[in-house]
Amino acid sequence: MVNKGTIIYEPGNSINNKTGSWRVFKPILDNDKCIKCENCYIFCPEGCIQPDENGDFKIDYDYCKGCLICEEECPVKAITGIREEK
Amino acid sequence: MQNVKVITGTSAAAEAAKLADVDVIAAYPITPQTTSVEKLAEFVANGELNAEYIKVESEHSAISACVGASATGARTFTATSSQGLALMHEILFAAAGMRMPIVMMNANRALSAPINIWNDQQDSISQRDTGWIQLYAENNQETLDLIIQAFKIAENENVLLPVMVNLDGFILTHTVEPVEIPEKEKVLNFVGQYEPKHAYLRPEKPMTQGALGDPEWYMETRHDVQKAQDVALNVIKDVHDKFAEKFGRAYGNGLIETYNIENAETVLITMGSLCGTIKDVIDELKAEGKEYGLLKIISYRPLPTEEIKEALKGAKNVAILDKDISLGLDKGALFTDIAPFLKDKKTVNYIVGLGGRDIRKANIKEIIEHTENEAKDTETKWIGLKE
Repeated sequence: MVNKGTIIYEPGNSINNKTGSWRVFKPILDNDKCIKCENCYIFCPEGCIQPDENGDFKIDYDYCKGCLICEEECPVKAITGIREEK
Repeated sequence: MQNVKVITGTSAAAEAAKLADVDVIAAYPITPQTTSVEKLAEFVANGELNAEYIKVESEHSAISACVGASATGARTFTATSSQGLALMHEILFAAAGMRMPIVMMNANRALSAPINIWNDQQDSISQRDTGWIQLYAENNQETLDLIIQAFKIAENENVLLPVMVNLDGFILTHTVEPVEIPEKEKVLNFVGQYEPKHAYLRPEKPMTQGALGDPEWYMETRHDVQKAQDVALNVIKDVHDKFAEKFGRAYGNGLIETYNIENAETVLITMGSLCGTIKDVIDELKAEGKEYGLLKIISYRPLPTEEIKEALKGAKNVAILDKDISLGLDKGALFTDIAPFLKDKKTVNYIVGLGGRDIRKANIKEIIEHTENEAKDTETKWIGLKE
């Protein structure tokens, strides 16, 4: 958990903060429509869209903040932004 | 022969800080605390106290310097009052959240406007929710004793919270009383060395203090402070008992003190120097064969609710005297904190002594009279108000 007095003894621990909890909108990627142009991967400001071992692009929802730039940039409308469901 | 000095409350506070051998003092003078920092500066200048005295340009800087000093592992002391404490407000949260065992003497004084240098407890009550432990002294001897205990409470590794020791402005700060000054060796032996395990300055082990806490973690950090406050209840009692054993002076159980409460149906509750006046009135009325009790709150934060409930078991009427007022609710802080636990009793709130308005024995008798007779449950009455 948190150290006493919120003191940090080791660098790099903010990787533990799942900042995706801020999201209001959520991008959904349809891999059937995807043409692997890598636009979303390039434009994602958080770098949380990455190809998996099969070359399919996956969105890491632990860190995606729902800015929907990927939806805007996708040339084939493979990404749709929906309202986050809790 | 004990070493007794006839000194003011501010001097008693300065003597206590000297006895505890503080490392860093950062304070800005403000009436009625001024004489305390003057005394401390004198101790440092004369070489009686080996401490770093940081001269600052405001109270905001004073408490910031204290947080910085405490973050390196130094034993830190500061003193302030009223508007000065209000100026410290935002950093008080940081001091508690960063778990800095700073000890502060606060001389209770009214807040502006109109500007007023006399006593009430509005300033420290306004800092109620900052996470600081708050203790209230009844006289100068208790001021010295509480500040010595405060270092031991604050630096306890399960507590690690800043402690504010409050004494009534002018009523205590500028009144001379005989105060027994214990031997320095004995005090140092009691308080011990401050060896921080969480926050210290050591170049080979760097650390980040005061980092960002996002929604993922912030709530847990607040809850940690609450848990430390809960632990503090037992630590305050424990430290008080050890102090009483070593120095032969006891104040109730360290959290609350009761006076003639056993066979009294009407009990008064208050904090600070006013308790002395009430004890006198209780003695006078006892001589006439009437029984009244006093419950003195020493520890306002953490508030010992269980002890208060237990102490008031036999009471029918409870008068809660507040030297502060929550404007817009017309109730004092002690009342709003304690009344929910006393639903089966007649509980009346009295607003007294704001801005240094004198509280005389006649007023106390008037309060007792009113509580017993015409007072309605949960009503508020301002005492000594001009028509």
